[in-house]
Amino acid sequence: MQVWHFSEMAYHPAWPELRDSYRVVIPNRLFDPKIGADLYHRYLDEWALCDELGINIMTNEHHATATCADSVCTIPMAILARETKQVRLLALGMPIGNRNDPIRVAEEYSMLDVISRGRIEMGFVKGVSFEISPANTNPADLMERFWEAHDLILRAMTSHDGPFNWEGTHFHYRSVNVWPRPWQQPHPPVWMPVGSPGSAMEAAERGMTIGVLNTGWVRTPPIFEAYRRKAAEVGRPMSPQRLAYMALIGVGNSREEGERRANHILGYSRTSGIVAPQFMNPPGYASVAQSAHAIKASGAGFRAGRIQSRDGRNIDPRTMTVADAIDAGLVFAGTPDEVFDQLSAFYDRVGGFGHLLMMGQGGLLDHDETVANLTLFSREVLPRVGDLAAM
Amino acid sequence: MERIQIGDVSLEVLIAGDGPPLLFLHGGDYFAQHRVFFDRLARRWRVVAPRHPGFGNSERPEGFRTVNDLAYLYLDLLERRDFGKPTLVGASFGGWIALEICIRSCEAIDRLVLIDSVGVKFGGREERDIADIYALSSDELLRRSFFDPVRLAPDYARLSDDELNEIARDRQATALYGWRPYMHNPGLRQWLHRVRVPSLAIWGENDGIVTPDYGRKLSRSLPDARFETISKAGHYPQIERPDEVADAINQFARAEVL
Repeated sequence: MQVWHFSEMAYHPAWPELRDSYRVVIPNRLFDPKIGADLYHRYLDEWALCDELGINIMTNEHHATATCADSVCTIPMAILARETKQVRLLALGMPIGNRNDPIRVAEEYSMLDVISRGRIEMGFVKGVSFEISPANTNPADLMERFWEAHDLILRAMTSHDGPFNWEGTHFHYRSVNVWPRPWQQPHPPVWMPVGSPGSAMEAAERGMTIGVLNTGWVRTPPIFEAYRRKAAEVGRPMSPQRLAYMALIGVGNSREEGERRANHILGYSRTSGIVAPQFMNPPGYASVAQSAHAIKASGAGFRAGRIQSRDGRNIDPRTMTVADAIDAGLVFAGTPDEVFDQLSAFYDRVGGFGHLLMMGQGGLLDHDETVANLTLFSREVLPRVGDLAAM
Repeated sequence: MERIQIGDVSLEVLIAGDGPPLLFLHGGDYFAQHRVFFDRLARRWRVVAPRHPGFGNSERPEGFRTVNDLAYLYLDLLERRDFGKPTLVGASFGGWIALEICIRSCEAIDRLVLIDSVGVKFGGREERDIADIYALSSDELLRRSFFDPVRLAPDYARLSDDELNEIARDRQATALYGWRPYMHNPGLRQWLHRVRVPSLAIWGENDGIVTPDYGRKLSRSLPDARFETISKAGHYPQIERPDEVADAINQFARAEVL
């Protein structure tokens, strides 16, 4: 099993001043560039440490938010492509249905792949609903644009005979000719985060690796199962390497220490969904049935009820405790043995997966604690996760 | 509802009443709340009210992506003269479609009535002519849409799945056609001189989506337009004051006949 360290590079100093929305409408005067610079550098230091610890690196991006100050996922990748030497670098990733220029995406990923000497993994993401407003992209044909951009980027990265023509529904170029071409052939591995069995099947048809985030004990099994079933149906070789699960992980020398770290990291889950309701469900972003459900719930939004305990109880992410989150399968926390046991149980429950996306830093977990968390994980848990994939 | 076939496209349509023809083009939301207004109109007119492609239970051909497509579809219908030469009435988003029809051809139209129409940009790039309905809280949106939101706000919890699905499709289609540029065509204003039929702009005095001031600018941009406000009404005066709006349309039409 491959392990990846993920942080959203939160700008948490603004959190105490926020209430109803952590996103979209909050003024950037709440961002102090001097504090921001210190934070960027410490998060980058933590990722750089991963190169020594043997933990791969994952970045992402969000916009107009204090929950994630990484607004361009390829910028930390670019810094780390040179600063690290061993581990792989995943962006999960690029919101290609919201970016206006897919060719620019192909250029960024290709350049990163060459500079890192072939260590890039390319994530293409739909983006959460509240990313629509900052990008001002049409939610009603978002996925159409997503798949056209996906096709164009891969075509551009695998075409080596000079310019070709692209006059599609959403993108128009008469001379596509991306320099450089990528290091990895035919192109770096492609990832997509998914949150439903339907999108898992779309990824399976194309052989993409799926990253499943915040779906926990209840919602993950049907997603992985849909992927395996579809892969078998279309005759694509199935491997655990196609499946990734994200968990928030706090390891300590005692259970208390591990849970304390997890409790800080949970600041991510407690803040990330707080957004003014009108940005939750832009029309056309979700299916007609999901939107109808959201209209009926009158602004509660279709995201309500996403986190569930093992016995089906809805958990409010804003007030979630470590015990709730462990029960829900979102957090693995405690001593190295306890973390490994929780991970193993989850692994068995969902039928196995090849990548653990470890949120090793989140919320207010500070630099020293993050270093201790990552270091202890790498020393005590990482050597054992190899056994899981062999099971 | 009945269905009407225009070329390859099948639309839901309400056809009611006897009298001279009136083609009504609806706005983005609250279609179900138009029943009283249609009843009032049907006393004097033969009302034809299609549900646009992608809305309600009307299909949307894959290539339909802009208001231009809707304008050409209805021009195809108008040129068939199935209903003679109607008075064209467009409300909100439907007013935008009506304007796009008129700048292309007024030949098959008797008169134009706009009700709290969108579609045209007058202000500068940092001014917002049309309230961003997608960025307003649901309370604020209701307050800007209706003079009396408490009386008019639908109780969505009581609607059937079919009714909710129709509303979801209405909103999805409105977004598809109107998201960017937001609820207007930047090129439309320069062609408004081609609206060569007598026109009436009816505006809810309390409209907080497109204000009466926007309505005055719009009517001044048309070659032959009158402007009237309806008191105690917001963005949907035909829902809040169906009698007054129907009367205004009747008087405008009769005045032109005399």
